[in-house]
Amino acid sequence: MVYDVVIIGAGPAGLSAGLYAARARLKTLIVEKEAAGGQIATTDEVANYPGSIEHATGPSLVARMVQQAEEFGAEKVSDTVVSVDLEGDIKTVKCEKNEYKTKTIIIATGAVPKHIGCPGEKELTGRGISYCATCDGAFFEDLEVFVVGGGDSAVEEAMYLTKFARKVTIVHRRDALRAAKSIQEKAFKNEKMAFMWDSVITEVKGDGILQSMVVKNVKTGEESEYFADEDDGTFGIFVFVGYDPATKLFEGMIDMENGYIKTDDNMKTNIPGVFAAGDNRVKSLRQVVTATADGAIAATQAEKYIEEHF
Amino acid sequence: MIELNKENFEAEVLNAEGTVLVDFWSPSCEPCKALMPHVHEYEEVYGDKIKFTSLDITVARRVAIGQKVLGLPVIAIYKNGERVDAVVGDEATTKSVEELIKKYC
Repeated sequence: MVYDVVIIGAGPAGLSAGLYAARARLKTLIVEKEAAGGQIATTDEVANYPGSIEHATGPSLVARMVQQAEEFGAEKVSDTVVSVDLEGDIKTVKCEKNEYKTKTIIIATGAVPKHIGCPGEKELTGRGISYCATCDGAFFEDLEVFVVGGGDSAVEEAMYLTKFARKVTIVHRRDALRAAKSIQEKAFKNEKMAFMWDSVITEVKGDGILQSMVVKNVKTGEESEYFADEDDGTFGIFVFVGYDPATKLFEGMIDMENGYIKTDDNMKTNIPGVFAAGDNRVKSLRQVVTATADGAIAATQAEKYIEEHF
Repeated sequence: MIELNKENFEAEVLNAEGTVLVDFWSPSCEPCKALMPHVHEYEEVYGDKIKFTSLDITVARRVAIGQKVLGLPVIAIYKNGERVDAVVGDEATTKSVEELIKKYC
């Protein structure tokens, strides 16, 4: 069996592409290795997606997107892509469990959170270091938490963490936040929030559990070590310092720029029949709203490509 | 899967003989919930060699922290009450979990 379109990734871009493709009566398969939704599945509040109001959460938005795509007839499988063959009219997507043949591919693999990149980080991941506030926030009830970063995600997730933590301190390498002004205003008003400016974490330490961190002031070069409160025994560090595109699988096959896939305005890559949509491509704004737009364009272009080539 | 809590964790895991898998999760952890059905599938296949259990950390936060679990998902293997291996966070995929299970079968 040959699919009309195989979509790799079930975040907003992939789900939107699935919805548009299935509505166009294309035989559509969405492959996702983890939970549907991508980054927003682990985002507490999605306040800037038009139409998502009244405490819309990432998971609730994702659930509706999945339902909508499936209602129009898109198939969804849980599998991990191991390799792709993009050459020729019929392309192959090889997964751990199955292999799929398809006329077109939409790459909607998104991006993965960046790490701090300091000693101890890997060893203490899941032991005090976290990249997902909704997953791990509950562990830090009445404990102290630090959030690294200064963008929208960092500040919004920091405020989410104030629901649990005694105190949440944003550690930011600059002297001002980069987050939207409306988010900043809320953060500055929140009594549980504190700010550590011009600072970076250079090392995290602990015996099986996070117990201390070394913070460096980037202006003075001065380093100081922060230790967990003795009664607490530990504290949390949540990292939101940006994302890297999840495009390793396609290196050397598709034209890229700094790891991001290059497309034209129609989401076409340099390979006929292969499109990219969402956070994994070169673009100026990476948001749910631009991801869903990319997905819609990619799907309609895939339909056009099939009409012209088959 | 045996559902663990504050009361039975010690008996079912720490004082248990043989190999026990503990799936640490929480209702707000989407990756955990995506992984869970696969863990149930593995129980069908490997359940005769390993005892499968799960702990919702929101009902037993201190138990989890006591096990040095401060981030989800964590799929951990205990042998005769000692934690011997685990896959944590991003590394916990359907594939890595099955490999972990096979290693202790």
